Amino acid sequence: MAEPYTSWGLYPKLPQRGVTLSWRNQAFPAIAGEVLPRGNGRSYGDSCLAENGTLIDARGLDRFISFDPTTGRLACEAGMLLADILDVSVPRGWFLPVTPGTRLITVGGAIANDVHGKNHHRRGSFGHHVLGFELARSDGRRIRCTQDEEAELFPATIGGLGLTGLIVSAELQLVPIEGAWLDVETIRFEDLGSFFALSTESDATHEYTVAWIDCLAQGSALGRGVFTRANHARASGGREPRAPRRIPLTPPISPVNGWTLRAFNELYYRLPRAPRSLQHYRTHLYPLDALRDWNRLYGPRGFLQHQCVVPATSAPEAMRAILGAIAEAGDGSMLAVLKMFGDMPGRGLLSFPRPGASLALDFPFRGPSTLALLDRLDRIVMGAGGAVYPAKDARMSGETFRRGFPDWQKLEATRDPKIMSAFWRRVTADTRKES
Amino acid sequence: MRKVLILGATSAIAQATARLFAAKGDHLFIAGRSADRLEMVRQDIAVRGAASVGVFAIDANDRARHEALLDAAERAMGGLDTVLIAHGVLSDQKACEGSVERALVDIETNALGVIALLTLVANRFEARRSGTIAVISSVAGDRGRKSNYVYGAAKGMVTLFLQGLRNRLAAAEVQVLTIKPGFVDTPMTAAIPKGGPLWAKPEDIATGILAAIEKKRDVVYLPWFWQWIMLIIRMIPERIFKRLSL
Repeated sequence: MAEPYTSWGLYPKLPQRGVTLSWRNQAFPAIAGEVLPRGNGRSYGDSCLAENGTLIDARGLDRFISFDPTTGRLACEAGMLLADILDVSVPRGWFLPVTPGTRLITVGGAIANDVHGKNHHRRGSFGHHVLGFELARSDGRRIRCTQDEEAELFPATIGGLGLTGLIVSAELQLVPIEGAWLDVETIRFEDLGSFFALSTESDATHEYTVAWIDCLAQGSALGRGVFTRANHARASGGREPRAPRRIPLTPPISPVNGWTLRAFNELYYRLPRAPRSLQHYRTHLYPLDALRDWNRLYGPRGFLQHQCVVPATSAPEAMRAILGAIAEAGDGSMLAVLKMFGDMPGRGLLSFPRPGASLALDFPFRGPSTLALLDRLDRIVMGAGGAVYPAKDARMSGETFRRGFPDWQKLEATRDPKIMSAFWRRVTADTRKES
Repeated sequence: MRKVLILGATSAIAQATARLFAAKGDHLFIAGRSADRLEMVRQDIAVRGAASVGVFAIDANDRARHEALLDAAERAMGGLDTVLIAHGVLSDQKACEGSVERALVDIETNALGVIALLTLVANRFEARRSGTIAVISSVAGDRGRKSNYVYGAAKGMVTLFLQGLRNRLAAAEVQVLTIKPGFVDTPMTAAIPKGGPLWAKPEDIATGILAAIEKKRDVVYLPWFWQWIMLIIRMIPERIFKRLSL
């Protein structure tokens, strides 16, 4: 079924139409006006929406080009899903060096947002493993970009939100694994301090570390949650992942509300868990992919994500302030995820991951009160010298964005003049008026 | 391990089906018009696990080279047991109404080219007393409609030809599969506005094709509900049908 183009958070709602590409030697579509390249539309806010509504749908560029199972070097078209790569590479003993919490994103999208995962402390972000890519510019040029050959376009495109041209294909370096299974440990912790201690200890010993936070807990329990750490395992076994189920339609009223959030957070914290188990990589790394179209659960008004990063020195204080503000607002988030990033700076001009602590939250959209809460969180993040993640944003102010990404003008200078997203217009609009 | 020849291999449905064959480790030999596009498909299905992938650039209407195509496929794969014919053009009905030339060219591509190739394949498989012949026809071939009867007539000819061929080859244990997709979201249908539950993805059609081949089916509508839609459409009396806009 052909589905309409939306952002993953279903907010904001902008009418979009797509011009599809099916072959990588096709010319950049000759369309009057501005366009925006589009992958699988998993960005939460308006960075995957075209301001004037015209998208270049690159999902049809989903072919492998080459794969060398002796070196782990893979070349593919940029509309290919990470899921398709894993289906082919895992049985041959190779894994994506970096993967976000969903495998249903394209390679082009992974580059354009320089995505990160639970192993940032070990492997950095997606861009660190990109050997090169081909960029199609609207003036007809095809540019092969590597760190050495294109000292401007390469870093501008990594984390460049798709604005520097259409990413047509890419070459990636995969990492060797011994099987599809992970050795996972789960540890309940009682407060924020314990999280930081667990993180420091585990980052030295584990490939994947992340924590879920009960963001409705207050007082001495503030910041309590469940920490998981995992390594690729040699052994296999355990339960095979189930085939994905689908949320068939958007419920007219969101089942995510104050009551269900409170119940979910309390239950999820208390849930008895095996302290150590073997889990399939799909179960551990992509739990939400088992529920196709889960974004519909938030109802027709959609939801907002807020992901920030703050430097380690200010992290404990900032996280306390953020969790305090959420608990106070009683607005709650179901999927509050906290992770310490490693020291490796991103290779992109606008790479989001940087040393410090990163907290991701989601909120059902309830109108002005939700927006006001997120503005409050932005102020805490700015005060701590942090940044807010564009891939998840639909509402931050231009000033908040530009303070978090001081190199934005360099991206603007390399931006393809025919490419524009609703996000980019929004966060740069006030600078245009001034000039 | 199958030895599969696909004609029209750069079409969306054929590519999706080739990926499924490749994932099972089959040998593939892909043919189509554009050498550039065939090469991109070859690279893709090679990585996806095909035991081997051969390529043959050919215009389906170049009947003089059909035997050469079959010989090349058999040589490359050391045999041939499955043929999937997937090439075709979606006719511009209005243009065909205004031009005898256009109408006949489309009939040639969608029907005559297929029938020519089928004749050769059928003789080889009948002599060998084994094999699978799968051909993408269309629900459009089930009843003529004013919106696309040139395309429909060509597909209808293919459907009828396959019916007879199946009858003839049943004794030789050769499977003849008629595939009738409904609306599929592919570059071929790019000009048509899409949306709604009737539109399927090429991947879904491919899964259906592979299942039908493995279950030794004769005729398959994809997705399945088209069987019932077309049953109703075929049952409407002509006196009423001729007044409808479908």
